[in-house]
Amino acid sequence: MPRARRQGSEPWTFERIIVHALLILFVLLAIGPVLIVIINSLKTTPAIFGGPFDLPTAKTFSLEGYKRVFTRGNFIVNYRNSLVVTVTTIVLTIVVSTLAAFALVEYRVRITSLIGGLFVLGIMLPIRLGTIPIIQMMMAWKLMDTLVALILVYTAMSIPIAVTLMVTYFRTVPTDLKEAARMDGASELRTFWIVLPLVRPGLAAVAALTMLPVWNDLWFPLILAPSKQNQTVTLGVQQFVGQFMNDYPALLAALTLGAVPLVVLFTLFSRQFISGLSKGYSK
Amino acid sequence: MISPAAAYRNLLLFVLPALAVYLVFAVLPLATSIVMSFFQTNGASGDTFVGLANYERLFTHPTISARFWNALLNNMQYFAIHLIVEVPMGLLLAALLTSGKLARSEGIYRTLLFIPATLSVVIVGFVWRLIINPLWGLVGFPLLGTESTALTTISLMSVWQYFGIPMVFLYSALLAVPNELVEAANIDGAGGWTTFWKIKFPLIAPQFGLIAILTYIWTFNGFDLVFALNGSAPGPNYSTDILGTYFYRTFFGSSGQLADLDLGAAVATVIFTTVLVVTAVYFWLVQRRLKSYSV
Repeated sequence: MPRARRQGSEPWTFERIIVHALLILFVLLAIGPVLIVIINSLKTTPAIFGGPFDLPTAKTFSLEGYKRVFTRGNFIVNYRNSLVVTVTTIVLTIVVSTLAAFALVEYRVRITSLIGGLFVLGIMLPIRLGTIPIIQMMMAWKLMDTLVALILVYTAMSIPIAVTLMVTYFRTVPTDLKEAARMDGASELRTFWIVLPLVRPGLAAVAALTMLPVWNDLWFPLILAPSKQNQTVTLGVQQFVGQFMNDYPALLAALTLGAVPLVVLFTLFSRQFISGLSKGYSK
Repeated sequence: MISPAAAYRNLLLFVLPALAVYLVFAVLPLATSIVMSFFQTNGASGDTFVGLANYERLFTHPTISARFWNALLNNMQYFAIHLIVEVPMGLLLAALLTSGKLARSEGIYRTLLFIPATLSVVIVGFVWRLIINPLWGLVGFPLLGTESTALTTISLMSVWQYFGIPMVFLYSALLAVPNELVEAANIDGAGGWTTFWKIKFPLIAPQFGLIAILTYIWTFNGFDLVFALNGSAPGPNYSTDILGTYFYRTFFGSSGQLADLDLGAAVATVIFTTVLVVTAVYFWLVQRRLKSYSV
């Protein structure tokens, strides 16, 4: 942001102090509760109740909670499931959505805008409300209680916004490049492949935007893949909360472990996420 | 360059995988739900067409309808609280972030403020239950255990989680305001405050409609946080029951209620219609007019 950077050496005016103070206040409100969970997950039970807002000291520091999560819970399996579901969904979504978006930009025939409109409409479709037929479908195809069921539903859920978003990125690709490729006799698939690197920021945005709702979803894991070996992290933590209500260190450790990967990934991809969010929805 | 016939063929070939997955796993289930809501499932003897009988039960049956209207009203309140608290909060933060007084810390603030939105509701629910737990002492009153305060409390937890979304929308819109306009205003002697309300605010106004409608869609699809906090029988005395939890209970059943797929399909259709009609009206009436005013 050139506008902001120019003012980097500005003196600490009253106005500037107020702006920072307000933002710091809101940041504390936003991450304070998260920090409380993390800090307490590193303490012994008496220390959690004795001084919930104190930092762990040499005396109260303990990793017992984390140890118990790994021995009593189902954590490694949960992680693996969430990872498989999220990564596969992202890959599938990116592959089919980029192909579709490329075609919607490239081939203007009468039904192009109709198909495009159908995808845009999907951004507003609450797919959860189709749960009863989804269950029946998954039962008929023997996919009930499998990760495949989750992947299929999540991919369908992610496609509309991904296609819409990729269309805005493909529109920025200069026509000359595609025409040149075709002149050289490249097939359409080859032309697609040639322009794909130019929409890389879009791919990152789609990945970032798909990841959050899939990793954090509670509804479909609860309904489509509830058994112990297919549970995702979100469902696993939810059940852990119910099961070990009085083992606070383990509970707080489970919550911390459930949040960390996504917070880290989001921090890395926050720029792509934010540009994707505003570009995708303000269509 | 490409003949119409080839364009047609290419279009279908490239669009097919995405379209197929989307139609089979999103559009078809929703359509089937609507169809199901007009039938009565009878096990082996097949389904009978019952017209609007499921809807009649939903809207007029003494116990079923009471729960339904209660969930609908709660959901409206849930939406209203989001709108009233989340949007001004997002606007304030977006204005602060784009005030031009932050230098390099702008990105850091933006990322930190969005972190709650990346958490799962399981964590959000637990963290806040812990903080407002009378045992830990921040509030000496059972906010979640009292009928009159439970729904507002849950709504505010959800607001805490998602205020980053309107913030990001308004932030991007503010960044898109042409610099020349702001500079021209400054030359004319307008201060930061005047520039914001007279120049920037009218330009980002169309975003408010979009945020409102997205908030509407998301809150009418709400389920996770209430379920994470209370399970499928949201207490106390159904004071936090919203359409999502009601829907879940209808087709899965609960302690006081048998599972009923057809009624569940009717509930789904009603929620779906509520969302779609409002969204459609909004796009026809509001967004189109706003577009013609914006730059």
